[in-house]
Amino acid sequence: MEFMNKSTSNGVLLEEPTLFERSRPGARGTSIPTCDVPKINASAKFGNAFRKNTARLPEVSETEVVRHFSRLSTWNYAVDFGIFPLGSCTMKYNPRHNEEIARSGEISNAHPYDPEEWTQGHMAIIHDLTEDLKKILGMEDVSLQACAGAHGEYTGLAMIAAYERSKNRNRRTILAPDTSHGTNPASAAMAGFRIQQIVTGEDGVLHPDTVRAAMTDDVVCLMITNPNTIGFFEKNVKEFAEILRAKDAFLYIDGANLNAIMGIVRPGDFGCDVIQLNLHKTFSTPHGGGGPGSGPVGVSSRLVPFLPIPRVEKAGNKFVMQYNKPQTIGRVKAFFGNYGVMVRAWAYIKSLGSEGLRAVSENAIINANYLKAKLSNVLAVPLQNANLHEIIFNDNATKVGGLDTTKIAKRLIDYGMHPPTMHFPLCVKNAIMVEPTETEDRTELDRFVNAVKEIVSSGDTGAAPVRVFREKIDEAKAARELKLKYNFNR
Amino acid sequence: MSFPKDFLYTKEHEWIKVEGGKATVGITAHAVEMLGDIVHVEMPKVGAKFKQGDSFGTVESTKTVSDLYMPAGGTVLEINTELKNAPEKLVEDPHGKFWIAKLSVEEAPKNLLDQPAYEKHVAEDAHH
Repeated sequence: MEFMNKSTSNGVLLEEPTLFERSRPGARGTSIPTCDVPKINASAKFGNAFRKNTARLPEVSETEVVRHFSRLSTWNYAVDFGIFPLGSCTMKYNPRHNEEIARSGEISNAHPYDPEEWTQGHMAIIHDLTEDLKKILGMEDVSLQACAGAHGEYTGLAMIAAYERSKNRNRRTILAPDTSHGTNPASAAMAGFRIQQIVTGEDGVLHPDTVRAAMTDDVVCLMITNPNTIGFFEKNVKEFAEILRAKDAFLYIDGANLNAIMGIVRPGDFGCDVIQLNLHKTFSTPHGGGGPGSGPVGVSSRLVPFLPIPRVEKAGNKFVMQYNKPQTIGRVKAFFGNYGVMVRAWAYIKSLGSEGLRAVSENAIINANYLKAKLSNVLAVPLQNANLHEIIFNDNATKVGGLDTTKIAKRLIDYGMHPPTMHFPLCVKNAIMVEPTETEDRTELDRFVNAVKEIVSSGDTGAAPVRVFREKIDEAKAARELKLKYNFNR
Repeated sequence: MSFPKDFLYTKEHEWIKVEGGKATVGITAHAVEMLGDIVHVEMPKVGAKFKQGDSFGTVESTKTVSDLYMPAGGTVLEINTELKNAPEKLVEDPHGKFWIAKLSVEEAPKNLLDQPAYEKHVAEDAHH
């Protein structure tokens, strides 16, 4: 086990009660000054809305709160600890440089109600990021307002619905392949469409004949991810665009995997009409934890009139917030979107430049293919094709010996690594999807390779993980007997 | 793995046994094996009406959540309450004791697979 990561939280493993269990009557984190305004009779004033019992909040000191959450954070695993090869998620390291800029007082103290003459610098950043993303994507225009990838999907699809209304049409079917991200059908349903699934070819990509055969008069859009979830480039994408344009329908590209093609090809050049980005994936903004996020949407000329408002526009030598867009779908987020996240992406783009961004994708591809070369005689590779930034293995070669996908993933935790994505995409049985990203160096990639090799060669199928705070968790029992409620009466 | 000869099957691995105007619906042993540890079965409501191909519930395992598709159009007469309370039992007898729903069949099911065709479908599926 010499590859085991010994850097995190061995030795000071502290058991952690909940804040409710820690609660002591009278403990406080702040001193509230004596009330110096006249008291009112709140129950008389608010009637039934006045609560009779005080809220059961834990009473703890500031030190206890800080230590509680800091200790819990050491039970966690993050990309700042080591490789986080979750396929389809692009868990890359975020340069500290981005944080430094986003947290500077000039940026973080801005208020959305500041008058325009005070916020010209911020508007310049929003405008500049919009222009940079237009160039990177090859799209006619970009909106930064949506606050997550799936929100970007919804925004893009809402624009397609608005386009349909403007033409007095109501086509409702969206085609999506069986490899699509789970958010695609959900976003489509939210925007009032219905998804029709189409089947990926044996070679792991979608074929024009499949699309052509599915094109009824009700089809308004084809929604694909390129490169797709299997990590292959949809090489027939230009032909899909032609098939769709002939019917005034749209090609939606889920930009979740832009990390594989940035600076190499532009979605706009292969016929894309709508694309959403996940700044937390490709453009190194904080990932996970429920946000805040940002999901910019790029559109082709047909959809420009429908972009959300306000738009930052340049008028002479100053920037203005433009609300006068008669065909807009309106707002999709309060104010201007998650500006702090935009600043991080802007800093990332500016620090790398166009050559650097291309190098990001090239290295992401090289790293994935390095893992494929090193592990293809250890784990099965069920789909053979030219891989881009991620690679799918499965347990076909090891399952007979009792080492299935779940066991391999759990054992990796004992080597101090986050497991890859498991059992996704659904079109591959017991998939193990690995996306190392460009930010892992060869030493870290080798640590991963050696861990997988040792897991497979040891043939040990005992319960894992054991080198964690909670050992050998039975995920089936946990799901069947889920207990989410704290029992105040125990 | 064997599949009953008197059942009809969907490509999505549901089975149906039609007897007169009534039918019993479940998922196949192959589906159960693919899903792994089953943790939850979302059942339809008794009295709910479905068309063939409609989603009428879900099966959740530690790997994934899968929709259940109606092999025939009809109205739900009964659901397997034992399964609702103990979803992990599905693995014990998916073609028998642990059916999912009973229906009154209102439209004759179309394009279903018979047992040899379903066996072939499962064998082809195994290549991926």
